[in-house]
Amino acid sequence: MGRYLNTTVAKKFAMGLSGLFLVSFLLMHVTVNFVSTVSPSVYNSLSEFMGYNFVVQLLLQPILVIGVVFHFVMGMVLEVNNRKARPIGYEKFDKSSNTTWMSRNMIITGIVILLFLGLHMYDFFFPELAYKFGNGYDAAQVPDFYTGLVAKFQDPIRVGIYVLSFVFLMLHLLHGFYGSFQSIGWGDRNSRALKGFAKWFSILVPLLFIYIALFHYFGSL
Amino acid sequence: MKLFLKIWRQENAQAKGQMVDYTIDGIDPNMSFLEMLDVLNEQLVAENKEPIEFDHDCREGICGTCSLQINGQPHGPDRLTTTCQLHMRKFKDGDTIYIEPFRAKAFPVVKDLVIDRSSFERIQQAGGYVSVNTSGNTIDANTIPVDKESADTAFDSAACIGCGACVAACKNASAALFVGAKISQFANLPQGQVEATQRAINMVNQMDAEGFGSCTNTGACEIECPKGIKLTNIATMNREYIKATTKG
Ligand code: SF4
Ligand code: FES
Repeated sequence: MGRYLNTTVAKKFAMGLSGLFLVSFLLMHVTVNFVSTVSPSVYNSLSEFMGYNFVVQLLLQPILVIGVVFHFVMGMVLEVNNRKARPIGYEKFDKSSNTTWMSRNMIITGIVILLFLGLHMYDFFFPELAYKFGNGYDAAQVPDFYTGLVAKFQDPIRVGIYVLSFVFLMLHLLHGFYGSFQSIGWGDRNSRALKGFAKWFSILVPLLFIYIALFHYFGSL
Repeated sequence: MKLFLKIWRQENAQAKGQMVDYTIDGIDPNMSFLEMLDVLNEQLVAENKEPIEFDHDCREGICGTCSLQINGQPHGPDRLTTTCQLHMRKFKDGDTIYIEPFRAKAFPVVKDLVIDRSSFERIQQAGGYVSVNTSGNTIDANTIPVDKESADTAFDSAACIGCGACVAACKNASAALFVGAKISQFANLPQGQVEATQRAINMVNQMDAEGFGSCTNTGACEIECPKGIKLTNIATMNREYIKATTKG
C-alpha cells in the first residue's frame, strides 16, 4: 500500500480529501458564528460546548490541526514538484486565455489564509488554552464568549484584515472546493449540479463570515 | 500579409537556444500555419541559412506531431484545432507571432521546435493497451456486447492523438489529461477490465517517473486539447487508480 501513496495521483487524492474535510469544518464554524448574530446566549452555550467537550477538544481539534498542517505541507510539496516539471519556461505563456486566476494562484490564496489562521489562533485559540486546559473544567471560569467575540471586532484594522482574508478564502474555495471532488475521482455525470453547489457554497460561506464580522463591528459602534 | 516572427532556435539538445526574429512577407491568409513556416524555410534556404526544424506528418489533425506553442498557447489561438489546421487568417497583417516548442522536463527539445515525446510512448507501453491473443484465433471484439453510452465515452477518450498540448498548456506540465484519456478509453470497455488494476498503477507510475507535474484542476488542458478530451477523464483516472491501489 505504502508504495502507492507516493504518486502524484495519490497525493492529489489526499489533498482533495483534506480539503473537503476542511470545507466541512468551515460549514460548522460559520453556523456557530452566525448564531452569534441571532442569539448571544445560544452562541455562548455552543461555544462552551465546543470549548469544553472532551471529544471536540481532544479528538476533533487535533484532527483539524493535522488536517490544516497536512493540507498546507502537501500543497507546498506539490507546488515545488510542479515547478520542477517545467525547468525552462516559455517566452510567452498566455495562461489567462485558458485558466482562471484562482486556479493558478492557489498557493498565494492558501498562504494568505494560513497567515490569517495565525492571527485567528492568536485572537481566539491561544487565549483560551490557559483556562481550557489549565485547571480542568470550572463553571465559574467559563468566559462570556459573546462579549469576547464582540470585543475582538472593535478594531477596524482587524475587521479589515478579517474581511480581506475571507475574500481570499472565497477565491481559494472557488477553485479548490470543486477541484477536490475531481481529485478524489468524483465529478463525472453529476458534475454540473456539484459544480453549482460548490460555487455557491464558496461564495456564500465567506460572505457569511464577512457579514458576521461587520455585524459585530457596526453593531458595537 | 506581413508578419514578425519570434522563433525558438536551438542547435541541438545540449545547446542553449534563444528566440530569433524573422520578418516574412507575402503570406496568403488561406495558408496553414505550417505552410507559412514552409515559406519561411524556403526563404532561409535561399539565403543559405539553416531552416527551422519543426514536427509534422499528416497535416490534417490526426497524427499529433505538429506541436507548437503559438503566442503562448499550444496549437495557437483556435480551439479544437491542431497547428496544421490553423490558418493564417486567424492573424492580422503586421502581427508579431511567438513560436516556441512545447515546454516540459519530460519533453526535451531535440532541435529548434522539435521535442522528444517518447515519454508518452513509455507511458503507453506501461499499460495503454489490452492484451489480445493474435495467434490466428483472435476473437472479434464485437462479440462482446457494449452499451452505447460506454462505447461513446470510450470513443471520445480514444480520440486523443497524443500531441502533448495538454502538458504544454498546463502550468504544472502535467500529463494527467493524456494519461486520463488513455486509461478511460479502456476503463469504459469490458475488454479493458481484465488488466485495469495493473494498467492504472503502471501508467500513473510511469507518468511520475517521466517527471510530469501533478494535476491541479486548472482545466487549461481541456480548453487547449485539439480533440476535445474532457477533464472528466482525469477524474476517471483518479478513480481507477484509487480502485486499483485499494484492490492490489
Ligand atoms: S489529451 Fe488532447 S491535448 Fe493531450 S495529448 Fe491527447 S489530444 Fe493532445
Ligand atoms: S501534422 Fe498531424 S496532426 Fe498536425
